[in-house]
Amino acid sequence: MLELQAVSKVYASGGGPFRRGRPVVALDRVSLAIARGESFGLVGESGSGKTTLTRLVLRLEEPSSGRILLEGEDMAKLGRAALRRLRSRVQIVFQDPYASLNPRMTVHDIVTEPMLVHRDAVGLDRRGRTGRAVELLSLVGLGAEHLYRYPHEFSGGQRQRIGIARALATGPELLLLDEPTSALDVSVQAQVLNLLCDLQARLGLTYLFISHDLAVIRYTCDRLAVIRAGRIVEEGSCARVLERPESAYARELVRTMPDFGRRATPEPAPGT
Amino acid sequence: MEPPLLEIRDLQLTLEGFDGVARVLNGVDLTLRRGEIWGLVGETGCGKSVTGLSVARLLPTPPARYPKGSIRFDGTELLGLPEARVRSLRGRRIGMIFQDPTTNLNPSFRIGEQLVDVALAAARSSPELLGPDANGWRARRRAARDRAAAMLARVGLPEPEAHLDAWPHQLSGGMRQRVLIAMALIGRPDLLIADEPTTALDVSVQAQVLQLLLGMVRELRMGVLLITHNLAVVAQICTHLAVMYAGNVVERGEVGAVLDRPGHPYTRALLAAIPVQGVARGALRGLPGAVPSLLAPPSGCRFAPRCPLARPACSRELPAFVRLGPGQEVACLRAGEVEAAA
Repeated sequence: MLELQAVSKVYASGGGPFRRGRPVVALDRVSLAIARGESFGLVGESGSGKTTLTRLVLRLEEPSSGRILLEGEDMAKLGRAALRRLRSRVQIVFQDPYASLNPRMTVHDIVTEPMLVHRDAVGLDRRGRTGRAVELLSLVGLGAEHLYRYPHEFSGGQRQRIGIARALATGPELLLLDEPTSALDVSVQAQVLNLLCDLQARLGLTYLFISHDLAVIRYTCDRLAVIRAGRIVEEGSCARVLERPESAYARELVRTMPDFGRRATPEPAPGT
Repeated sequence: MEPPLLEIRDLQLTLEGFDGVARVLNGVDLTLRRGEIWGLVGETGCGKSVTGLSVARLLPTPPARYPKGSIRFDGTELLGLPEARVRSLRGRRIGMIFQDPTTNLNPSFRIGEQLVDVALAAARSSPELLGPDANGWRARRRAARDRAAAMLARVGLPEPEAHLDAWPHQLSGGMRQRVLIAMALIGRPDLLIADEPTTALDVSVQAQVLQLLLGMVRELRMGVLLITHNLAVVAQICTHLAVMYAGNVVERGEVGAVLDRPGHPYTRALLAAIPVQGVARGALRGLPGAVPSLLAPPSGCRFAPRCPLARPACSRELPAFVRLGPGQEVACLRAGEVEAAA
């Protein structure tokens, strides 16, 4: 479905008017392949390049080198119209449900906006869009009565559901989930994760699930890649990587993962 | 047994806003002794942070009001204590760490100055902090700076001397959180209130910061109130645990007892929502319903409207704590039956 071939992204930075900046390598020859219908996890700490990767896949930015293929098509070679069609097939759910919904738009406007932008691909009239919005809301566990309300009237979990409905509006095949539950409480997180799993099964979606939380990845993903400082340091099935991590960094990540199931035996105190 | 370090009894707190009076705390009850690390957990808006802020007396009154209850710190009643005396406790005997390391350092002062200020303020009530030779302004300042450097070294910041002259923006999130921990501990407090100290940090940094806290607590024999929504963090370093829901402590006790045999339906629901190893996809259970509005909270047990085991009696009065086992108490009318019903 999605393939990255030796993708690099280098930013110029730190420069001033009289100073040459040092280039920052955000992604360093990253290669990944995600199959259709798969749930692929990407784990890394802040600054490891997770977000840069999503920006490249959405083609908000161009890779410095390497190729990104969506179903075998090179994204860099697409013209404007083709790019627009492609964007309707790749959508994203953002991390912060409080910041990613426009407070001055109703839920109806938020959810129908992508259909309007991609009206060539979606092909619905006004009434059709509203009908689709109601369908989408019921798909994510909200109702038609929520259609003309504003984001501030909803809880964090409900807002994230609205964000998911918006991402599904154009009927995408690939969904980028950028830390979709890290701003939510565990009880709400559980509901949203279940919703995502359920949607994937029903709609045959492909997920690129980005998180720093290994427990969430373990619950939702089939395979995962660990990224550090722009490089993929390990890749494999979730079960394999989490149980027998090969690289030193992945081992460290798994070891420091605060896992509730594995109670820490407090280490002896220094100096007592 | 020595007297408790912190005793919160039936603490009630209301906050006045435009929409009316929110009954934010509804009888919080907690006892913390030296050397204990209490995890205070619950969902967003359950009153964890305001409990911590109340102990530090950092909530402005009004809009906050304490209609009932008491907070005793080492035998002294904190509610109603004159501000001047509270100031002599805060930063010296009661240390605080807050969630966001990016906003809790003043961006326009160097790290060293901010630490030295706290050390000097703490030394005003306990001069022995700076050592016996610190006489006169210059010597006191020098001693405070030495102490600041020593604290930075203790929290594992490399090159502490050099970092004293750094600006907050030059440090990473993890380093800033270490600076804040150093700042909280520089007065050698007896009680540390840590409000989500690792939430903004990466997991590997979180693990370091937690280990660091644990070491310091043992060494200084502090009591800690660790406010968090992350039960995994609690499982890692806490000795005790109090679960809050909508302004009440609903379950409290030793961490192992509560996590292994949760007695309150809410605790059970929270634990069932965590993706632990071996949970099949789609098998997590969320908690249906929403947290009640605190402007018009339900009567009796505030969890009753969402509780699978609720009975009419649950909505009549606030349940008292029932002892469930050694070191575990639950505020639930059906505490004994939870196990059987689940």
